[in-house]
Amino acid sequence: MPDLGLEVLWKGKNFVRLLGGLWVALRISLIAAGISVVLGILLGVAASRKRSVSSVVLRVWLGIIHIMPQMVLLFLMYFGTTRLFSWNLSGEVAAVIVFSLWGTAEMGDLVRGAVSSIPAIQRESAEALGLKPAQVYRWIILPQAVRRLIPQSINLITRMIKTTSLVTLIGVVEILKVAQQIIEANRKASPNAAFGVYLAIFVMYYLACRPLSLAAKKLEKHWR
Amino acid sequence: MAEAVLSISHLTKRFDDQTILEDLSLEVREGEVVVIVGSSGCGKSTLLRCINALEDIQGGEIRLRGDLISHNRKNLPELRQKIGMVFQNYELFPHLTVLENILLAPVKTQKRSRQNVREEALALLERVGLKEKADSWPRQLSGGQKQRVAIVRALIMHPEILLFDEVTAALDPEMVREVLDVIVNLADQGKTMIIVTHEMSFARAVADRIILLEDRRILEESDPETFFTAPKTEQAKKFLRTFEFNRKNKAEA
Repeated sequence: MPDLGLEVLWKGKNFVRLLGGLWVALRISLIAAGISVVLGILLGVAASRKRSVSSVVLRVWLGIIHIMPQMVLLFLMYFGTTRLFSWNLSGEVAAVIVFSLWGTAEMGDLVRGAVSSIPAIQRESAEALGLKPAQVYRWIILPQAVRRLIPQSINLITRMIKTTSLVTLIGVVEILKVAQQIIEANRKASPNAAFGVYLAIFVMYYLACRPLSLAAKKLEKHWR
Repeated sequence: MAEAVLSISHLTKRFDDQTILEDLSLEVREGEVVVIVGSSGCGKSTLLRCINALEDIQGGEIRLRGDLISHNRKNLPELRQKIGMVFQNYELFPHLTVLENILLAPVKTQKRSRQNVREEALALLERVGLKEKADSWPRQLSGGQKQRVAIVRALIMHPEILLFDEVTAALDPEMVREVLDVIVNLADQGKTMIIVTHEMSFARAVADRIILLEDRRILEESDPETFFTAPKTEQAKKFLRTFEFNRKNKAEA
């Protein structure tokens, strides 16, 4: 059996360092996901009204986000705006902003789609009962829309977690950066470390994303 | 003569350039059951939807005990609480249980105590034969059961007037009866109602007054016996004949 380079993981604090890197990645994506869900719902509900200003804003915003590679957005935010407006952004904050811009647009579009897919007569029958517009959204439209949203929004969040691997390029020390450091440092002692370390990362990403999709399945079943 | 609960005067409703209802006036008195009939597309359902301000209107006005029903008024939700509406396709909320469907509006809009409404809801469900379904989901019910729940959901608001929009049109024939029985029962209790239906024998049995809607207006208005035995206008005769013909056709098919 070839040397898989796994022993590197147990050297010193390597494993804990990797976990720390994973936590950085998760922290960025989960904070951004939280922001995206809240803002996305607000934007999506507003944009679900046909011919509204918000629907145009969402369309344009989404268009830009879809065209731009996330990496370009990260560079633009981290290197571009800091220069232009001479403000100070840590890599992590820049990443959270970019991921939130991305997530809010996609989440907004998902919410818009889900809200529009609720038949108009559901809203009408709620209005006919005397519910005010905000109450109709709170108790009738959103609960039904959220049920339809779950699969795609979990998909969005897992894509966010995966995409955090890019933030190493703006100097954030997340799991991939830690991995490179470990591999570099052990180049002589364990030449196969790359395999072991990246295998460990694979498992860690899997374990981080798996509970999300399990939770989504469970919710879907519960609400069926 | 009893007081008018609902008065519609000179109502005009257009969709784009198509006029659906024109200069239509109608009063419904306390405890009265008005049945509206007419061929498909004559605007019966639109009329009911206008009463509830689910459609905007292009002329005239609709008043519930003197209060103007209008999109421009802040009190529209409160007025709608007093107008119970039952739709053709039930429109129960699929994410709520039967009981929650019924409790939602009184608890959220009338701020009544959950405990009290719950007791009333269970009593009403018992009256329509569905007490054991209180914790079921709408998808577990038959069409007739869903429609009875929808009626209870309207009744629990203690509306001044009930609107029934072809409530049996989507039902399998064997379930029509169970729903109509409930409505006849409500008529016996003296509830004020406007009913749009294609069930002629039901119309005859339940109505205090029959209205034939044709050509954007009220063409004929009379008590059920007169309407069915001695219709005044040629169009009314024709309408009733069409119905007979359809029935024969159905029987042969």
